[in-house]
Formats: sequence, structure tokens, C-alpha cells
Amino acid sequence: MSVVVLVEVEEGRASLVSREALTFARSLGAGDLHAVVVGPAPEAVVADCRDAGVAVVHEAGDPALERYAAAAWAAVVEAAGRAARADLVVAPGTGRGNEVLAHVAARRNLRMAANVVAVESLAPLVVQRQVVGGAALERATVDGRVRLLTMAGHAVEPSAADAPGAARVAPLALTIDPQDLRAQVVRVEKRESGDTSGLTAAKVVVGAGRGAGGPDGFAAVDRLAERLGGAVGVSRVVTSLGWRPHHEQVGQTGSRIAPDLYLACGISGSIQHWAGCASSRTIIAVNTDPDAPMVTKADYAVIGDMHEVLPAVLEELG
Amino acid sequence: MTDVLVCVKRVPDPTGEVVLTPDGMRVDGRYAGYTTSAHEEAAIALAVQVAESTGGSVTVLSVGAAESVEQIRAGIAVGATDGILVEADPDLLGPADVAAAVAEALRVREEAGRTYGLVLLGNDAADTGDFQVGVRLAYLLGRPVVAGVQTLEVDGDVATLRGEGPEGTEVYEVALPAVATVLEGGVSPKYPSVVGRMKAKKAEVETLGWTGSPVGAGREALTVPEPPPNEVTVIGEGTAAAPGLVAVLRELKVVHG
Ligand SMILES: Cc1cc2nc3c(=O)[nH]c(=O)nc-3n(C[C@H](O)[C@H](O)[C@H](O)COP(=O)(O)OP(=O)(O)OC[C@H]3O[C@@H](n4cnc5c(N)ncnc54)[C@H](O)[C@@H]3O)c2cc1C
Ligand SMILES: Nc1ncnc2c1ncn2[C@@H]1O[C@H](COP(=O)(O)O)[C@@H](O)[C@H]1O
Repeated sequence: MSVVVLVEVEEGRASLVSREALTFARSLGAGDLHAVVVGPAPEAVVADCRDAGVAVVHEAGDPALERYAAAAWAAVVEAAGRAARADLVVAPGTGRGNEVLAHVAARRNLRMAANVVAVESLAPLVVQRQVVGGAALERATVDGRVRLLTMAGHAVEPSAADAPGAARVAPLALTIDPQDLRAQVVRVEKRESGDTSGLTAAKVVVGAGRGAGGPDGFAAVDRLAERLGGAVGVSRVVTSLGWRPHHEQVGQTGSRIAPDLYLACGISGSIQHWAGCASSRTIIAVNTDPDAPMVTKADYAVIGDMHEVLPAVLEELG
Repeated sequence: MTDVLVCVKRVPDPTGEVVLTPDGMRVDGRYAGYTTSAHEEAAIALAVQVAESTGGSVTVLSVGAAESVEQIRAGIAVGATDGILVEADPDLLGPADVAAAVAEALRVREEAGRTYGLVLLGNDAADTGDFQVGVRLAYLLGRPVVAGVQTLEVDGDVATLRGEGPEGTEVYEVALPAVATVLEGGVSPKYPSVVGRMKAKKAEVETLGWTGSPVGAGREALTVPEPPPNEVTVIGEGTAAAPGLVAVLRELKVVHG
């Protein structure tokens, strides 16, 4: 038996969710651990794979892969699956991971389980996966010659294997079919104002929801974020009312954040919002309602009007 | 002229409290009510834009029980032209089955002389979140597919689609006919007007059956995880809590200077 994990590259490293997927795949004890990287595997990524206990890193160097095309990525994953004789393929539950594995599922007529958090048994493969935006868990059987699953983010902590793997780099021999490039990125418009990296990497996020009251209700939120060297994050109500841009949204359909501190002001704490902020180390809620889920789930809370509390905090900070 | 088909799913309102049916197999929507997901509402809004700019039409399709006609009519109320209900027991269907049922409905329409240059779906359904129907459908139809689209324009036989990637906004140019799955955020959902509601009541919704044999979703059971026990420390109330809050910020070492 062997497992292939799709490893996404982010700033020259294996992305966090990819390292989580590697850790998870290793913990299954389902045989040899293989990684597949689309494009040439950077040395630091090979090192991440070695630490995670990967035996073989399959890489695909076809220049046609330079711009993202999900079908072509799927062809690469299939080739790695064949080379590894895999019976299980795991991808990170990111936009790309879910998309690429759905292509593999469609091409090979296989089942796929998205956003898995745990495996209950290997034969038959029974998983627990997040549904309804994380509000419920589904226990599902995944049958088939090859089983496909994507990992929900933060289901496990990435960790190194007891013994590093050989991480032998094996180039995949494959030619990309032009059919698989019919839907390919033609260009990337680099983010300027729409940059979410500041939000997802921030150590401090000051959040604001409907309680801000309107587009003019963010002055103290902006100032506090600046004072703490952090970023502003908002709820979907705020973006759908057009008070703030969508790239600032935290949650299931926004960014997932994991700061040291999330200071959530005037946010009720719906399941969908919580899905994006649950990994924050410390959460402080500022809310007029002591029974709001954001308050009951937080580490600390201040009960009060954010328009009074935040200016007082700014004054106290000097 | 581009005719657009939008696939919508009737789902228990995911913003409400999740209550399971007694057998633990489904979310009981009787308390929270039913809706379509935000991604599909965005897909309808994009489809209406395309229809307006190209002089085409929008058909809303749902696979499911007879009640799904409510979600179809809600789509017509915000600008779609007509609807298709593919009647099938939703509890027996997995994502591959839904894709097959949609493909069959498209064939029926095609035989009747109606071809859809663009098929739009949500990126993932609000309840099951399989992330698959659109991609599986594209392969059944032999069409290219782009996932996670937030805006799109159609010019002749080419669609320009944009979505957020890891490094910025990714732009695709794809020859029609094509399939795309939509993520909310690029377009504001439409709200029904009085005229729209009137139109929706009267609009034609064709009912079709599906003759395939379902492979299902592999679901064994649903559970609603207990929230982990939590003790919140209430620092205080109103402005009087400011010094206490700042003390916590200092303790957490997030205040510099
Ligand atoms: C498929 C789907 C995806 C979704 N994705 C997301 C997502 O990614 N992110 C997201 O945030 N939501 C998402 N939602 C929406 C989510 O369900 C909630 O509707 C939303 O998070 C609520 O936003 P809110 O907390 O700002 O508003 P509300 O729920 O209206 O809460 C406002 C809160 O502010 C408090 N308040 C009011 N005035 C004040 C004041 N002056 N001072 C202090 N407190 C005050 C109130 O007590 C209340 O708790 C999604 C929903 C669906 C169906
Ligand atoms: N029963 C259904 N009827 C119509 N469309 C559906 C149905 N199920 C899923 N879809 C569409 O497929 C998308 C993705 O669903 P899924 O792959 O199940 O996450 C949804 O957002 C809908 O647009």
C-alpha cells in the first residue's frame, strides 16, 4: 500500500496545509508515503518532505505547467499515483486541492471525500469530514480502487516523522494533453489593495461586524489595528453591505486566520465566521450581548458598545 | 447570445442552528427553513449579467424533491427566465449522480433545440460541501471547467473569468461552451422585486425525471460536534473595562511601546 500527497508550494516551502496533510497521511500507517509537486520541486520543499517522512517526491517539470490548469495538475497527480501504485491520494483542502482532486475523481470515476478531519478505519476506508461549513461532521465510506480525500485545514498539527524519509526526487515522465489546458490561467493580476496575505499572516487581527453600524463605523477599528501592528478582518454582513471590501472577510467563504490575538468587535460569531477564526490563539470579544456565541466561545470578553470601548482602549494605550 | 444554465440546490439554511433528523442521517431544515447557498445566488447574479449583455436567457435547474421548485422560483424572481426541476430523491444522490442528472437534462434540452453556452454552479454546496458536481459535469459534457470564479464576462464565443488564487486574481479565457463554479464575493446577490415575484409565480418550470441508478454519497451518519467546554473571562463592562483589556493585551505581548 502507498499514499500520495499533493504538496502545494508557497513561498518556496511546502504550504502549511500540505505539511498537515503529510503528517496526517503518515499517521495512517498505510504504507509508503509519496509526495507529488507540480513543477520542479524546490530544495526546501524536498527538505520539508524528508522531515515529514516522505520516501519519494514526484515532480513534473513540463513547461506547460507553469501557469495553473486544474486538469493538467490532475494529470500529474494521476501519473504520481500510477508511479507510486497508490491506493490513497490526499490533497490539502484548499481551493486548488479540492479542485484538482475533483478532476482526478471525474477522470477516473472515483469517489472523493472533501474536508476530512479523521480516518476511522482504512479497510474499508471510513472518514469523518466537515459538512455544513464545519457545523456538522459526516461519517462516510469511501470505496473504490483508489480513494481520494482532501484534508480540512488545521485538523492536525504538522510534525516531523520519527525518522526522516529518503525523499528521493523522481521526475514524472508525462506529456500534458492540450485538452487539459483548455482552462488555464492566462495571467495573474497581482494583488495590491486586494491583498489578503497581510490578513492571513497577521499576528493581531482586529475584527468588526454588523456592530460597526455602517461604513463610517471603522475608524477606531482601523486605528487599533494600526496601533497593534495588525490587520482588520470583518464579517460577511460587513462585506455584503459593501461597508468593507471582500478581501477583508474572515470565515468559511473568506480568509482563515490564525493570529496570536483576534479582537472581535460587534461580531455575533456564527458557525461560518468561526470557521475562519477558530485557530486564533487568543480571542477577545467586544459585544453588547453577553450571550452572543462570539462572547461565550472567547477567552476574554468586554460587554459593551464597541464605539465606546475601542476609543477608551486607544486612549488607555496612549 | 449566450443562454446560461444555473444549478441550484435546496439546502437547510446553514446560518441557522443545525438540528438533525431522528435517524441522524440529515439536517432537519424544518426549523431553520430552506434556501440556496450564497455561491449559487452569486452564480445567478452573474448569469443574469451575461444574459443581459448578450441578449441570452437564464434557466435555473435543481435536482431534488418537488419542493426544490421554491428555490427555482426564487431564482426566477431575481432575473432568471425559466426553470427545470429534475425530480429525484435527494437522499439517494451523491455528487456523481447529480452531475449525471444535470447532464441528462442538458441532453433533453439540446434535443429540443436549446443549447447552453455556459453552465454555472456553486463551488461547493452549503450542506454537503462535496466540491465536485461542476467538475464532474464538465467531464460528462466534454467541456472545460473553471472553479472558484467570482466575476465573468462573455464576448462572442469566449468567456473571461476571474477568481482569487494564491498570488492574486487569476484570469482565464475559455472558449464556450464551458462550465464554471462560482464563489461568492465578486457580485452582489440580487433581491427580488415585486414584479420579479409575480413573474416567478407564473414562470414555466419543466419537470424531468432521471433514469440513472445512483451511486450515492457514502454517508453513514451525521453528528453535530459538542462545542468544547469554554470559560470566558469577562473583563468588565463598557469603557470601565478599557484598563483591564489593555492589561490583557500587555500580558499577551501584543502591545509594543
Ligand atoms: C454559505 C455561507 C457562508 C458564509 N460565510 C461567512 C464568512 O466567511 N464569514 C462571515 O463572517 N460570515 C459568513 N456567513 C454569514 C454568517 O452566517 C453570519 O450571517 C455573519 O457572520 C454575521 O455577521 P455579524 O456577526 O457581523 O452580524 P450579526 O450576526 O448581525 O451580529 C452582530 C453582532 O454585533 C453585536 N453588536 C451590535 N451592535 C454592537 C455595538 N455597538 N457594539 C458591540 N457589539 C454590537 C450584536 O450583539 C451581535 O452579536 C456565511 C453564511 C453562509 C450561509
Ligand atoms: N441537487 C442539486 N441540484 C442542483 N444543483 C446541485 C445539486 N447538488 C449540487 N448542485 C450544484 O453543485 C454545486 C456544488 O455542489 P457539491 O459538489 O455537492 O459541493 C452546488 O453549489 C450546486 O450549484
